[in-house]
Amino acid sequence: MLHISDLSVSFRTRRGEVEAVRGISFDLAAGETLGIVGESGSGKSVTSYALMRILDAGGRIKAGSAVFDGRDLAQAAERDMQRVRGREISMIFQNPRAALNPIRKVGHQLEDVLRRHGRATRSNARAKAIEALEAVRIRDARARYDAYPFELSGGMCQRVVFAIALACGPRLLIADEPTTGLDITTQKAVMDLVRDLTRDRGMSSILITHDLGLAAQYCDRLAVMKDGQIVETGAASALFADPQHPYTRKLVDATPRPGASLRDLLPAEVRTPLADHEPGTRPLVQVRDLVKIFPSKSGPVHAVKGISFTIREGQSVGLVGESGCGKSTTSSMLVRLLDRTSGDILFDGFDIAGVPADKFVRDARRSQIQMVFQDATDSLNPRHSARQTIADPILRMSDLRGAALTARVEELATLCGLPLPLLDRFPHQLSGGQKARVGIARAIALDPKFLILDEPTAALDVSIQAVVLNLLADLRARLGMTYLFVSHDLNVVRLLCDHVIVMQGGEIVEQGPAAQVMEAPSHPYTQTLLSAAPKPPAARPSLLKSAAE
Amino acid sequence: MAGRARAIGIRLAQTVPVILGVVVISFILTRALPGDPAVYFAGAMADEQSIQQVREALGLDQPLVTQFFLYFADLVRGDLGRSISTGQPVLTDLAMRLPASLELTLSALIVSCAIAIPLGVLAAVRQGSWVDHLCRVLVTAGVSLPTFFTGILLVYVFYYLLGWAPSPLGRLDFIYLEPPRVTGFYLVDSLLARDLETFGATVRQLALPTITLALFTLAPIARMTRAAMLQALSSDYIRTARAAGLSRGKVLFGYGLRNALLPVVTTLGMVFSFVLGANVLVEKVFAWPGIGSYAVEALVASDYAAVQGFVLAMALLFVTLNLIIDLSYALIDPRIGFDTK
Amino acid sequence: MTDATDIPDRKPDGAGAHLLHVLRENPVTLLSFSMFAFFLVQAFFGAMLVPHDPLATNSANALQPPDWTHWFGTDNLGRDVFSRVVVATRLDLTISVLAVAISFVIGSLLGAVAGYWGGWIDAVLNRILDTIMAFPLFVLAMGIVAALGNTIENIIYATALINIPFYARLVRAEVNIRREAGFALAARLSGNSHLRTLAFHIFPNALPPMMVQVSLNMGWAILNAAGLSFIGLGVRPPTPEWGILVAEGANYIISGHWWVALFPGLWLMLAVFTFNLMGDGLRDIVDPRRRT
Repeated sequence: MLHISDLSVSFRTRRGEVEAVRGISFDLAAGETLGIVGESGSGKSVTSYALMRILDAGGRIKAGSAVFDGRDLAQAAERDMQRVRGREISMIFQNPRAALNPIRKVGHQLEDVLRRHGRATRSNARAKAIEALEAVRIRDARARYDAYPFELSGGMCQRVVFAIALACGPRLLIADEPTTGLDITTQKAVMDLVRDLTRDRGMSSILITHDLGLAAQYCDRLAVMKDGQIVETGAASALFADPQHPYTRKLVDATPRPGASLRDLLPAEVRTPLADHEPGTRPLVQVRDLVKIFPSKSGPVHAVKGISFTIREGQSVGLVGESGCGKSTTSSMLVRLLDRTSGDILFDGFDIAGVPADKFVRDARRSQIQMVFQDATDSLNPRHSARQTIADPILRMSDLRGAALTARVEELATLCGLPLPLLDRFPHQLSGGQKARVGIARAIALDPKFLILDEPTAALDVSIQAVVLNLLADLRARLGMTYLFVSHDLNVVRLLCDHVIVMQGGEIVEQGPAAQVMEAPSHPYTQTLLSAAPKPPAARPSLLKSAAE
Repeated sequence: MAGRARAIGIRLAQTVPVILGVVVISFILTRALPGDPAVYFAGAMADEQSIQQVREALGLDQPLVTQFFLYFADLVRGDLGRSISTGQPVLTDLAMRLPASLELTLSALIVSCAIAIPLGVLAAVRQGSWVDHLCRVLVTAGVSLPTFFTGILLVYVFYYLLGWAPSPLGRLDFIYLEPPRVTGFYLVDSLLARDLETFGATVRQLALPTITLALFTLAPIARMTRAAMLQALSSDYIRTARAAGLSRGKVLFGYGLRNALLPVVTTLGMVFSFVLGANVLVEKVFAWPGIGSYAVEALVASDYAAVQGFVLAMALLFVTLNLIIDLSYALIDPRIGFDTK
Repeated sequence: MTDATDIPDRKPDGAGAHLLHVLRENPVTLLSFSMFAFFLVQAFFGAMLVPHDPLATNSANALQPPDWTHWFGTDNLGRDVFSRVVVATRLDLTISVLAVAISFVIGSLLGAVAGYWGGWIDAVLNRILDTIMAFPLFVLAMGIVAALGNTIENIIYATALINIPFYARLVRAEVNIRREAGFALAARLSGNSHLRTLAFHIFPNALPPMMVQVSLNMGWAILNAAGLSFIGLGVRPPTPEWGILVAEGANYIISGHWWVALFPGLWLMLAVFTFNLMGDGLRDIVDPRRRT
C-alpha cells in the first residue's frame, strides 16, 4: 500500500544543507503495523513528516519517492496533499496536550476536520464529533465536547488527538512517539486502544518510537534507523532473537528486559564481570511516619501521607511510582532540600529532618547526602565548565585548593569515565551522556555515604542509559555508597536495586526485596505497573543462558 | 464558568491598590516640591495673603497624614485645584481638552494596528523573505525615532516642501468652525452634523500627528505580532492541524493568528504607555489642544496644580485602559481562571 | 576563603577571542559596536575636536545653511550647529548611562530577591512596580522632574526610576524559573548558601536577556531625556543637548531652516539606533553558549 524508495530529506541550516534522512526504502502492506525505532536524531520523526509533507520551514524532500495507493506523495501538489492528510493518512503526536489548539473546544477542533473533509455538515457536525469521541472510548463524550484541552488529562488529550486522526476514516495512521511523557499505565491504555481500533478498521499503521520494547510489543515488523538510514528491517521477534546489524544488536542489548543483568545491557565486547554487591545490615537511613502537606489555593495537598522505610548501609533501594505519587517529594525531603511537615528522617541515627533545609547547608552531614538529578542538562550551570561544576562542592565543603583540587577533579572525572580534555567544556558543548557523567562526578566529589538518584537516565537514549547504569553500579562497588534510586521504570529499577518500594498517591503500597516484588507482587497496583510495562520478546539464546547462570 | 468570573473579580479588585498607589505617588509629587509647596501652587504673581490662603486650602499646616486625607477627599469630589494660567478648575480644563488627545491617540493606534499586525503576520509567515527584512528594518528604525523629531521632519516635508498638509496648528484650520460638541471628537461630531467638509478638514489636520504617533507605535506591535505568530506557527497544534488536512487559511488564521493575538493584546498595555507619553511631545509639535500640550504650557508657567492634575489624570486613564485590555483578554482566553500557578 | 576562580582557567576560547568572534560573526554587531565607538569618541574628546565654540554667538551669521566653515549650518544666534551637536553627546550619553546603571543595579537587586525568595517580599515589590507602571512612563518622569526641580540629576533619577520595573520584572522572572532548576538545587547540595546560589549560580544566567534590555533601555533613556528637554524640562539652554537643539530648531522648520533641527535629531536617532542594534551583540558576548 505504501512503497518508499530512496527517500532523502534535507534541511537548510546556517551551516549549509543537512541531510536528516538519507535514502531510506521500505514497504508497508495493508493492515500491517510497522515500527520505526531509533534514538534521538536518527531521522525517524522527519521521515513521518516528509510522508505527510508537513516538514518545518527549510526542510524538503531531496530525492526518492513515497508511493501511496499509486500516487507519489513526494511529488504531489499541496492541494492534493490537503486531501490526503486526515482523510487518507493521519497522524498522532507526542505531547498530546500541546498537539491541540489551546483556545478551541475539542469538539470544535473535531468539527473543523470533519467538515473540511466533507464528513459532516453544519447541522450534523456536533453529533458526528461526539460520535468520533465515543469511537475512541471517551466516556461522557457529550460533556467532553465542550472541554478545552487544558481541562483534560494527558491521556485524555491523546484520545482526542486520536479521535481527530480517525474521524475521517484514514487507511494509514502514523503515530509519532504517542506515549512519550505519559505514565506507564496510561501508555498501555493508549497503545492498546490504538492497536485495537486500527486492527478493527483494517488500517495500516506506523509507530515511531525510541522504545524498542514498546515497538516490539505492538508492531509486526520493525525498521531500525540510525543517522538517517535504515540499518535493519525485520519481524520483531526475529530482530530480537538474532540482530544482524551491530547497531541493532547494541540497541537490543541495551533495552532493559526481564532476565537481563546490568552487564547484559552493554555490548558483549566490553562486558566485564560485575563486582559482587552485598548490602550491609546496619540501617543508614530510617524514615518514620514522614508526612508532607503543601498548602494550595484549593486546600492542603497531602503529597506524602506518613511513610516509613529503612535503607541499610550499602543497600540500593528503588522508589517506584507514577507521576504525582510523591516519590520526588520524598527524595527532596531526604536530600534536605525540602522541609517535612512531620515525621523523622534518621541518618546514621541522627534526625536530620530536625535541621531546617535552609540551615542544612552548614550541617556536617551535607556532604554525606548527595543527589544525581533527573535532567543532566538542566542540572548543570550553563555558565560553568565541567571543571568548575565538579570543583564547586569541593571548594565549598573542603579545604582542597590549587594543585590538589585539580588532581581531585581529574581523579573524579576519570572515575566517572569523563575524558580529561572535556573538563574545560561548557555544558552545551557536551553530549547527554557526558553531561550525566559530570553530574555524577559532582555528586560523588566528597565521597557521600548516601546518594539519591532521581531518574538519572530518564532523559537519555537507551544505549547511554545502559552505560550510565553500569557506571553507577561500578561506583557503588568501588566507593561503598548507599543508593536510593527514584524511577518510574520497574525494568530499570530491577537492574540496580536489591529492595523496591512502590508508591501510589503518597503512600507506600508495597515494599520488599526486588526479586520478590518483581516476580510475585502482592499489591494490585504493583501488578498493574508490571503488566503495563512493555515486554520485549525473548532475546538471543546467549542472553537467556547468561541470565540463567 | 465560575472560575472565570472569579478571575475577573480578582482582576477588578487588583485595580484598587494600584489606584491607591497612584494617588499616593501623586500626593507625594505635590508635596515633594522644593521649598514651600504653597508658594508654588499659588503661582508666581501671588502675594503673602494668597499664599496663606493656598496653604490653608491645601491643609499644608496640618500633619502629613491629615494632608493626605484632605487631598484624597478633594480628589473624590473631583477637585484637582485651580489652574493659575487659565483660572479654571483643573478638572474642567482637562475634561475640555481630553477628547482632542483621545482622538489623536486612538486614530494613531488604529492606524498602527492596521499596518503592524498584517505586517507582523506576513513577516512570520514568510520568514526570511523581503517582507520579513522590511519588517525588521521598520521595527528597529521605528523604536529609534524620537517622535518630536519625526513630527518636525514630516512638517518640513509635507507642509513646507510639498504643501500637502495644512499648517501644523491645532485640530482644525481657522477657516472652519468647530462642529457642534457632542462627543468632543471632531471626526464623530462633524459626521453627526453631516458636515463632510469639516470632516475632511479634520482628517487633513489629523493626518500628520497621527502618522507621527503611529510610526512610533508600529514597531512594538509589529515585533510582538511577528514573534507571537512565529511561536504559534511552530506549535504542535499547528502541526496537528496541518496533518489533519485543514486548509492553509484555516491553519494560519483560525489556529495560528487567534493564538498569536493573545500575547499581542497583552503588549498593547505597554504600547499605550508609550503612546500616552509620546502624545505629549506630538501635541507640542503640532500645537494640538489636548491635555499634553496643556501640561507643557502649565510647566512653562509653573502651574503645578495643572501639571499634577494632568499626571494623575493620565495615570487613571492608563489604569482604565489596562483594565479594559485585561478584561477583554479574559474573555478571549478560556484558560483564564483555571491558571492554578 | 577562595573563590571559583581558583580553578585554572583554560577555556577553549578566551573572553577576548570570544569578543572578536562575536564581532566577526555578525556584521550588524560589528556595525553597531563601531557606531558606539564613534559616539564614545565624541563624548570623550568632542569638546577638544570641534571647530567652533558651541556657545559663541554671532548674530551677523545667523541661520546660515551648511557650508565648509559651518558643516551643519548655524542657528538663530549664529552658533555653529555641528559643534553644538558633537559637544552635546557627552551630556546625553552621561544621562542615559547613569540612569540605566542605577536602574540596572536597583532593579536587579529587587528582582533577584523577589524572584528567589518570593512570598511577601515578592508581593510588596509587585504592588510597588504595578504602581510605577500604572503611570505612562514619560508622564511620570515629567511629574517627577516638575516636582523635584528642573535639574540634570533629577532627569537621571526620573529616568532611572521609570526603568527600574523593566529590570526588576525581567530579573524576577529569570530568577524565578531557575530557582528550582537542577543546577540551582545542585549548587545548594554542593554547600552554597541561598545567597551564594542566587548571586553566583542563578543571577549570572539572567544576564544574556538583560543585556538586550540594557541596550533597549539606553535608547529609551536618551529619548526620554531628550523628550523632557524638548518640552523644557531638565537641561536648560544654552547648554547644548540634542532634545533642546531639536526644540530650538523646531521654531525655524516652518520657515524652511531645516538644518537647525535636522542634525541634532539625526544624531539623536543614530545614537538610539546604535544602542538598539547593540542588544544582540551584547547578549552574544555574555552568553557562554555562544562560545565554541
